Amino acid sequence: MQHFIDFFSFTDPNVRYVVLGNVLLSASAAMVGVFILLQKKALVGDAVSHAVLPGICAAFLFSGSKNTAFMLVGAFITGWLALITIDYIATKSKLKKDAAIGLVLSVFFGAGMVMMTYIQQSGNAAQSGLDHFIFGKAATLIGTDLVIFSVLAAVLLVAVGLFFKAFALVAFDRPYAEALGYPVRKLDLLLTSLTVLAVVTGITAVGVVLMAAMLVTPGAAARYWTDNIRRMVAIAVAFGVFAGLAGAYISYTAPAMPTGPWMVVVSSIIAFVSFFFAPKKGIVPKLYTQRKNQRIIAEENTLKMFYHLGERNSHFKGKRDLSELIHTRQVNETLLKTTLRRLATKQLLIAHGQQWALTDVGYQKAARVVRLHRLWELYLTQYMDIAADHVHDDAETIEHILTPELERELEHQLGYPKKDPHNTEIPKI
Amino acid sequence: MIIHTQEPILEVHDLTVSYSRKPVLWGIDFTLPSGSIAGIVGPNGAGKSTLLKTIMGLIPPSSGFIKLFGRPLEEIRQRVSYVPQRESVDWDFPVSVLDVVLMGRYGKVGLLRNTGARDRSIALECLDKVGMSAFAKRQISQLSGGQQQRVFLARALAQEADIYFMDEPFAGVDAATEQAIIGLLREMAAADKTIVVVHHDLQSARSYFDWIILLNMHLVAAGPTEQVFTEEMVQQAYGGRLNLLSQVGDVMEKRAFPSREN
Repeated sequence: MQHFIDFFSFTDPNVRYVVLGNVLLSASAAMVGVFILLQKKALVGDAVSHAVLPGICAAFLFSGSKNTAFMLVGAFITGWLALITIDYIATKSKLKKDAAIGLVLSVFFGAGMVMMTYIQQSGNAAQSGLDHFIFGKAATLIGTDLVIFSVLAAVLLVAVGLFFKAFALVAFDRPYAEALGYPVRKLDLLLTSLTVLAVVTGITAVGVVLMAAMLVTPGAAARYWTDNIRRMVAIAVAFGVFAGLAGAYISYTAPAMPTGPWMVVVSSIIAFVSFFFAPKKGIVPKLYTQRKNQRIIAEENTLKMFYHLGERNSHFKGKRDLSELIHTRQVNETLLKTTLRRLATKQLLIAHGQQWALTDVGYQKAARVVRLHRLWELYLTQYMDIAADHVHDDAETIEHILTPELERELEHQLGYPKKDPHNTEIPKI
Repeated sequence: MIIHTQEPILEVHDLTVSYSRKPVLWGIDFTLPSGSIAGIVGPNGAGKSTLLKTIMGLIPPSSGFIKLFGRPLEEIRQRVSYVPQRESVDWDFPVSVLDVVLMGRYGKVGLLRNTGARDRSIALECLDKVGMSAFAKRQISQLSGGQQQRVFLARALAQEADIYFMDEPFAGVDAATEQAIIGLLREMAAADKTIVVVHHDLQSARSYFDWIILLNMHLVAAGPTEQVFTEEMVQQAYGGRLNLLSQVGDVMEKRAFPSREN
């Protein structure tokens, strides 16, 4: 707890720098990342992140020191060069885009590693710590770096804000944007530059290898929570900021822990949770809905058994035992037992020892399902010219779905019928 | 048979279009009067969509030129509206129906400004015209094919243009939507808007369009429907591909030959 208070009071200037730097970088990366994601260019982001390494090394070779400004310029140049190379290869050669991206990523990163090895062996004392750019080291952030990062982040924020509408339009419908006279190529170029800028902002803390994750994962996670692009950007930024804070906090409490990789881990966890648990779109809620539907089907089918048995001697609320029920319909015995128990707790059935009977409410419900089944069968034979012996299976599904409004409409269209196509009575409620 | 009009609103002059040097449209030359509903008709691979995209400036022509209202496209973009093929976009994109229709206003508000209350009311009005106002807040992935097409149409209407180019607006839509769209197009034509539609159904073409552009890599016929849409012309457009034409195109592609000497 003491750690927590120390950290979030931000009294330690070091903490302040790291936190501010992290938040700036993850927020701006997430914001640009949403558009990269929507333009289906996630892999490009990865390639760019790797491609800034040779630029950093070249800047070091050129200036002979770890001057942040120089390095950012170097990184920007090679990152940009990588994007242009990808585009050029994809349009002018037989290679497809995925191959071009893979090629550029490995060639640029390889060149960067060669240069870095050369620098490390050169004996230049200033080179120590240059390898931090590969996996990042947020603790090395200092005041002057922060000024540069703040400026870059502000540039990104303003640019994305100004061109939000245009970026969204191009991502959704490029030919239409072109037809409207929007400068689509220039907008591409701008988004590209912003991507490189975002990567450059992040490399000191996160490093070139993991930077792509900070670009793409917050946006990918945010997509699960909303269908509105503005909200998607806001949520992505919030996720990014949270990952940035969490990464900084973890490495503060456990100083051996690297900030950058932890930011990526946290942001991956957010993506993972969204993927599985986001309402509606997540896998678990989807499974839950399916399960719920299965239960409704099982319950209604069981109620129907009672009704069908009751129809034989017009004694609908009679007591039935398990074997009698199983004879009416092919059904799994354990499923039937659990369904019976559930219906009893819902007070649709009453249990009498080993026997069950419909309650008043249960009878109403059972009659309604049978009624919908028979109405639908009638509809199929009358309106869709399907033979009477072919309509049963279809009605088995539809009976669980029809709403009271549809029921009324159906009844009205059929002229309030009394009998179904098999000449059995349609129950009234 | 090509019948020209005296005061054309659209003039396509000796247009040749190539994909990687292989010509797909040869020497297209026709004019269109104002207030007409024109159908670009032809078999698969005839270059119908290519012609539309070239007119919209999405594909650069190898030779020839296009004039709208007697001027090049760049000068009068505000008066031109485009409806791309429905399948050309990702309908899972995180925007609502109203957002898509508002895109029709983007040309008017410009690159940096945002759409305002007036744009919003225009967009809602256009949604109403296509019978989709109840869906304004709906996410676009929940729409049926016909509804998607109506939304695209509403977006084009929101541009308040004078000439509309539509790429296969009747493809894969239900009969009710098809009737609604053609009704709307007639209303627009009555208000002296010009509409150019890429269409592949010969049956309905005669009743839908008052001007027909019959295409099969080259221009077979262009003019008022009753004059040019004859058995003979249709036969000529659909009677097999012009083999020699595509063979020459293949050779040009293989040898990387330009379509004009300079």
